[in-house]
Amino acid sequence: MSIEHTTTVQESASLASTHDHHDGHHEHHHEESFISKYVFSQDHKMIAKQFLITGMIWAVIGGLFSVLFRLQLGYPEMSFPILEDLFGKWAAGGRISNEFYYALVTMHGTILVFFVLTAGLSGTFANFLIPLQIGARDMASPMLNMLSYWFFFLASIIMFASMFIQTGPASGGWTIYPPLSALGQASEGSKLGMDYWLVSMAMFIVSSLLGGLNYISTILNMRTKGMTMTRLPLTIWALFFTAVLGVLSFPVLLSGAILLLFDRNLGTSFYLSEIVVKGEILPNEGGSAILFQHLFWFLGHPEVYIILLPALGMVSEILSVNSRKPIFGYLAMVGSLFAIAILAFLVWAHHMFVTGLNPFLGAFFVLLTLLIAVPSAIKVFNWLTTLWRGNLRFTPGMLFAIGFVSLFISGGLTGIFLGNSTLDIHLHDTYFVVAHFHIVMGVASMFGMFAGVYHWYPKMYGRYMNNTLAYIHFWVSLIGAYLIFWPMHYQGLAGMPRRYTDFSNWESFKQFGEMNRFISTVAMIVFVVQLLFIFNFFYSIWKGRKVTTQNPWGANTLEWTTPVRPGHGNWPGEIPEVHRWAYDYGKDGRDFIPQTEKISDSESKH
Amino acid sequence: MAQAPAAEMETKWWSGGKSPFNVEYGKLMMWYFLMSDAFTFGAFLISYGTIRFSQNFWPDPNKVFNAFPLAGHANLPLAFVSLMTFILIVSSVTMVLAVHAGHHNDKKSVIKWMIWTIIGGIAFLACQAWEWTHLITGDHAVMVNGVVEHIGTTVTRNPWGPEVAGAMHDGHHLTTTGPVAFGGYFFGITGFHGFHVLSGVVINIIMLIMTINGVFEKRGHYLMIEKAGLYWHFVDLVWVFVFLCFYLI
Ligand code: HEM
Ligand SMILES: [Cu+2]
Repeated sequence: MSIEHTTTVQESASLASTHDHHDGHHEHHHEESFISKYVFSQDHKMIAKQFLITGMIWAVIGGLFSVLFRLQLGYPEMSFPILEDLFGKWAAGGRISNEFYYALVTMHGTILVFFVLTAGLSGTFANFLIPLQIGARDMASPMLNMLSYWFFFLASIIMFASMFIQTGPASGGWTIYPPLSALGQASEGSKLGMDYWLVSMAMFIVSSLLGGLNYISTILNMRTKGMTMTRLPLTIWALFFTAVLGVLSFPVLLSGAILLLFDRNLGTSFYLSEIVVKGEILPNEGGSAILFQHLFWFLGHPEVYIILLPALGMVSEILSVNSRKPIFGYLAMVGSLFAIAILAFLVWAHHMFVTGLNPFLGAFFVLLTLLIAVPSAIKVFNWLTTLWRGNLRFTPGMLFAIGFVSLFISGGLTGIFLGNSTLDIHLHDTYFVVAHFHIVMGVASMFGMFAGVYHWYPKMYGRYMNNTLAYIHFWVSLIGAYLIFWPMHYQGLAGMPRRYTDFSNWESFKQFGEMNRFISTVAMIVFVVQLLFIFNFFYSIWKGRKVTTQNPWGANTLEWTTPVRPGHGNWPGEIPEVHRWAYDYGKDGRDFIPQTEKISDSESKH
Repeated sequence: MAQAPAAEMETKWWSGGKSPFNVEYGKLMMWYFLMSDAFTFGAFLISYGTIRFSQNFWPDPNKVFNAFPLAGHANLPLAFVSLMTFILIVSSVTMVLAVHAGHHNDKKSVIKWMIWTIIGGIAFLACQAWEWTHLITGDHAVMVNGVVEHIGTTVTRNPWGPEVAGAMHDGHHLTTTGPVAFGGYFFGITGFHGFHVLSGVVINIIMLIMTINGVFEKRGHYLMIEKAGLYWHFVDLVWVFVFLCFYLI
């Protein structure tokens, strides 16, 4: 194989080797200050941990909110004086007020979708895994990478602050449809809280853009020698498409948010036309509320795949490692990721079937939406065939990965119902949709994230998490998730609408009182079990069983060729060279063959 | 497939250890950023298009944009915006020259052409400021609910509606108020573009200072100027679309 460096590179000074600039000083461990090591760190591994821990804090807040509103839904007639002690006028008489309910639901959605499953998930694993798995010392631009975290932090602070405003945070739903969200006089949550929401999201978009640009250029430019694109682990492919989706869809939300800010504060009429609020006739005319929905869902739909793809990638990797078998259909996996990424941009209007969208146009969106089932099914079959007759090792990471596959199937199937515009007339805005997206996106991606944390924890902290706690966490979460969301399908089919605080005075939904109570109870149990995970996570950082070998899972990818606790720069010596793909498990009678091992003459091809 | 030994590999560019496009990461990032930004502008312009074509009436740009500084009431449709566009395009040319000088490590020429580019940018912004002021403060007589009022062009109102049949005022046809969306989109989008130009000018000034301080000379290359150049050309290109959408169509 050829060693010579290509010197045709025009700007040779900075290019001859993309890794040069780090090679000089990786041996001596100069003491870093606390600030530069833990706070304004430019080490991708530390930034990953910052994203992860910030995401975990948000997850607890967002999860707690869901417990609160489930309390309302499960026990609408009961009063909890402690709520009034805690939240004052928002829970007067110990009951969650309507405004409070909407604020909670909106913040729950916003936090979980953006702050936990976008920043917390991509931010963590793109940062952690990309340099380690492609064989780079750090991200292309460690500086912008650090800024990406700090913009996320800023967005977090603004969103957090919005919850303490007198009129409360945004409360028009995570999709913040105008005109409700555009008119302060329309609801408390559309006052200052909405401006905070928009500004926070603008910061969030900057963060995601800085991160995404970095991930893309790192993956394209910084792969170690021998790491062709088709030798990349599937995690990297998934993170790559995630970043591309983010870079191309978030800017459209930015446009939508800017126009909304103008409508709110400058008196423009982008989304407003002929509106009467509380008897007052507004002067706005000529705008279109539907326009906002188009702009929102042009981001919104890719966004759900931004959340899902990293999980898809990590699950593929973890399933293969723990089945001791090559991933089935590597190229089909890459191809289906690609197909999903393209289709993600072409289906947004399936969220708008009942807005008065031209049914003829709707037909095309039905077709394109249902097409997504094809790559999704390919992935599912490939995972199942990877598992088939494997030497399964049921590590916590593996269990969550298998759980993910189960959830992805269940939630994907209901998507096919919803993708039919005629069925959607009945199902739209009911609990059926809630069940669909929680299973396929919410819980499934959470499972992907848990799988990733359990699997790469030894690399992050040089210790293992406690297995017993992890097993409890897994089984309660999996069973709990189904117990919570499965019944919601029936409620939705019966027409029970989402975003209502109380169903007890509806004749048609009274029958679900018992079921709602059951769901709420399970939700609380599941929430508590998540705290167990958080405990396990932090406890293990200091007290977990120590990792003693470099490659505890017997995995092929490059991150396991670094020291147990890699320093800034990842490899103490040269960056290893790659000679094969990442999935040579159980080949020629050998359990696994790391990517760094040369192909020997006697090796079989397959 | 994926296991073919490296020696047999044809596609050297993608085999790792180097940039497949032969570009440094910063330039790659700039390209992707510009793609992203193009989507932001695209979203704005498409929104504008859908709203505009859902209206019964849209102002005629030849009537709205017919003023020129110091030209009094002369009717010069699109003359001023043509000048603005010309200035911006020339500044793109000077940027090309700066980048070109950078390739030859010719510090003095880089400085010269960067200064011209910055001047071009500032001139464009100044023109835009004049145009905005003129529109906002330039009152026109309109018929509102049977009464004649004098209003300028703002995001909430504008005087560019259809003519009122037979009604004259100071030798002009009297109009009604125009579609509200006109002001919102015009100021919103040209403002967002102007903000990009402003950022570009700031970036260019920083590049100029770095050049003067010999930062790039020490580095041995003027890559940063190239990246600033990419951004500048992009802003210029976006203007072409804005120009097309608001002034020509
Ligand atoms: C076969 C695949 C899928 C199809 C055909 C599908 C179809 C749909 C449709 C038609 C809706 C709109 C329902 C309505 O509002 O009336 C919807 C909602 C939703 N889907 Fe899916 N979906 C699929 C997979 C996914 C995946 C993989 C995710 C996320 C990872 C996802 C996340 C969501 C979310 C978040 C919503 C609801 C957003 C909201 O209204 O708040 N879906 N889906
Ligand atoms: Cu969708």
